[in-house]
Amino acid sequence: MKKRFLAVLLLGLLLITACSVEPETRTLTIMTHDSFSISEEVIAAFEEQYDVDVQFLKVGDAGSALNKAILSMDAPLADVFYGVDNTFLSRALDEGLFEPYDSPMLEDIPSQFQLDPENRAIPIDYGDVCLNIDLAYFQENNLEPPDSLDDLIDPAYSGLLVVENPATSSPGMAFLLTTIGHYGDSHYLEYWEGLLANDVLIVNDWETAYYTEFSRWGGTRPIVVSYGSSPPFEMIYAEEPMQEPVTAAVTADDTCFRQIEFAGILAGTENRDLAEAWIDFMLSPTFQADLPLQMFMFPVNPSAELDDTFVEFLAIPDQPAEVSPEDIVANREAWLEAWRSIILQ
Amino acid sequence: MNLSARSPRSRFRAGSLLLWAGPLLFLLLLYVFPLGSILKVGFSRAGEDAAAPLLQAWTSPITRRALWFTIWQAGLSTLLTLLLGLPGAYLFARFTFRGKRLLQALAGIPFVMPTLVVAAAFQSLLGPRGWVNLGLMNLMDVSAPPIQFSQTLGAILIAHVFYNTTIVLRTVGDFWARLDPDLTAAARSLGASAWQAATRITLPLLFPAILTAALLVFIFDFSSFGVILILGGPTFTTLEVEIFYQTTSLFNLPLAAALSVMQLVFNLALTILYTRLSNRISRPLSFRSKEITQRPLRGWGQRLAAGVAIIVIFSLLLTPLAALAVRSVTRLEPERGETRVDRGFTLDFYRALNDDARQSAFYGPPSEAIGTSLTYAAATVLLSLLLGLPAAWALAHDSDALLSRIFDPLIMLPMGTSAVTLGLGFIVALSGPPFHLSTSPLLIPFAHTLVAFPFTVRSLTPALRSIEPRLRQAAAMLGASPLKVIRYVDLPLIGRAMLVAATFAFTISLGEFGATAVIARPEYATIPIAIYRFLGQPGAMNYGQALALSTILMLVCGGGLLAIERLRIADIGEW
Repeated sequence: MKKRFLAVLLLGLLLITACSVEPETRTLTIMTHDSFSISEEVIAAFEEQYDVDVQFLKVGDAGSALNKAILSMDAPLADVFYGVDNTFLSRALDEGLFEPYDSPMLEDIPSQFQLDPENRAIPIDYGDVCLNIDLAYFQENNLEPPDSLDDLIDPAYSGLLVVENPATSSPGMAFLLTTIGHYGDSHYLEYWEGLLANDVLIVNDWETAYYTEFSRWGGTRPIVVSYGSSPPFEMIYAEEPMQEPVTAAVTADDTCFRQIEFAGILAGTENRDLAEAWIDFMLSPTFQADLPLQMFMFPVNPSAELDDTFVEFLAIPDQPAEVSPEDIVANREAWLEAWRSIILQ
Repeated sequence: MNLSARSPRSRFRAGSLLLWAGPLLFLLLLYVFPLGSILKVGFSRAGEDAAAPLLQAWTSPITRRALWFTIWQAGLSTLLTLLLGLPGAYLFARFTFRGKRLLQALAGIPFVMPTLVVAAAFQSLLGPRGWVNLGLMNLMDVSAPPIQFSQTLGAILIAHVFYNTTIVLRTVGDFWARLDPDLTAAARSLGASAWQAATRITLPLLFPAILTAALLVFIFDFSSFGVILILGGPTFTTLEVEIFYQTTSLFNLPLAAALSVMQLVFNLALTILYTRLSNRISRPLSFRSKEITQRPLRGWGQRLAAGVAIIVIFSLLLTPLAALAVRSVTRLEPERGETRVDRGFTLDFYRALNDDARQSAFYGPPSEAIGTSLTYAAATVLLSLLLGLPAAWALAHDSDALLSRIFDPLIMLPMGTSAVTLGLGFIVALSGPPFHLSTSPLLIPFAHTLVAFPFTVRSLTPALRSIEPRLRQAAAMLGASPLKVIRYVDLPLIGRAMLVAATFAFTISLGEFGATAVIARPEYATIPIAIYRFLGQPGAMNYGQALALSTILMLVCGGGLLAIERLRIADIGEW
């Protein structure tokens, strides 16, 4: 018995070692965050075209992944990094993480997404962080859904909102930036005190906010900070096909924050040619059209075709709250610390 | 009294170095080097005054509050865990009853469950629309839920007890099971009351095991991250949460490094205290086999008491798990206009696990995740026993040697070190040549072993220490070679302890998420990682599949624990 046990263990170890043998074709390595996904078909097309084996390293959530890319700059683990958003962009650029690349594909990309004039960080996709509401709750209680930030401090909406902590969650940070964009540097804390007085619930992560506290999922709060894309996804991933949406995103002016995700060629790569090809590929309609169903984000390339459910049920805000990247760079830490000392005292 | 037995100490010293070689090399490569590297990076980013972040950490009111709360909640959690675990340990140690093995395996399952899932399970029981509150609201005829659970200190404490009771059951229960009941019987026959026998005989003899369990539980609670973050909410901050915030959100590496040092210093002080204390109170005992120490429950009184104890312990440990399992086979979507969430049985979520609806390049059927998880777990068991046995041996038989005195407290440190910091350390130290380890799948069982190793050493040392030296001397005198002494005297006596060690290594690896997340490659997703992937996306099918996978994780864990018991590496020639 004992011998067999040991044999099984040894076999296990051998298997692990066997898996790490490198193949002969050239390898392109993409470092990214945990939410990254891509269709089998789409990646196969790229691998075939360039006769390359694409490896992905998923190294934690967006913030942690970026930290790891920065800390491994001396001995880069990958050729391309994907998944730094506009709230973290300054950290990547200040550290000199990326090499510039003037991709010919950038011509097709609207300038509102191109935040780095030197083209070190290339915009790939975007998503809006918006309030989501549980439609059934508002119908049952004959209440108008909120359509501005001010509504949320109205006593009529007392005890209805759950948000994420900006110190630990990326949609939480986006919502904090929404309030800063709308009320400005000098008044956002007053607004948050109003939210507190109106019994806002703050949790540390999106999963808890959405699946535990949001009333659609067994909680008691019918308003949650989530993504503009969440309502169509509720439909796509429903247990049984749905004819009508059960949640909706609030897209009134100044109530959403637009996250733009970037990719970049890691400084010092030995596969610059392949890395360039990969960036071009990420901007191509093939990859861009694959984005929404895989990652819940939307293409920056307007020529990419969207799935029907999106076209019908996706609400895109006309005017998201604006905070300039320079402002985020300069004040991110101060805003967070001030928020923490007032709200979490 | 045991000094004479240890007289040939000088001969042991060279051997001691040999015994330490493996574990030391491992700790140097996977702990000291990565941690040192990341701390160096952190402090060097502070600019000219490298001491400034330390000063800042020490004087900031937020950090002080975090440190105080970390200690306080860990202490309270440990106390409660002991309170619930010790009666259970007694029951498992001294009695035989039907279903005991199963209960023991079940008690180990909470240990591997991902926090997000556990939080959801508790919420479905104790949340504002949970079963308990709905029941109470009906019963008391009130409209507001009477129990407030999430974001309370109570939630943190209950979750810690839920996770760690198994540590007490295993560590203390195993030791207790081998204690000679004749000792208490003798005391009783000489006129001691049951109370006197318990406090004067049993408790002092048990104390090393209780102390070990308390230390392990305390360190786990001390560096607790998920429970505080998810169940505690933003108003509770521990050092670990603060390190995470400073690192990920603010990229303030100097301050994060300073906080990690703070955590280290505290843990080190604690373990030094522990080793001093446990060296003083451990004594050789003659262990008895279970056939002698355990008896069936007799009479209604005993049966009733045992029944109550089992119900109390297991209602806390198992109801959340049961709630999870039930939800994984229940339709989740509420009907339009209905607030009731549960309606009807379904296996859709389990079916969906095998169906790659998104055609994602990272899709793998659940069988693959189970295979990956089990492979890592098996490798972790093997590695941590291989490294833990020699280290425990050196500690037990040569505890006065300089090496042992130095390394004894150091062994525990990896457990109490910030996973965020150490994860970055792996990247900084092990990425480049010559190791290229940070993206290798080998790093995963290595990282798991780092956490499991202190457990194996701590489970094995008390058992090894309490072997009567006379037994080994007698065997040697009768002509047994040193190897034969080990094979026929030591191994059988520590068999149970090896089983406990293997169990810990298995569960730690199966449930580990922090270190795995740091280094995981999508091709090698473990079950917990696959669960988090589903939970990160909106929609009933995603949530349902996360629940289904969590239930599978429970089954795999329970099955694995029962199988380890079956393998009986423990009972080699038990007598």
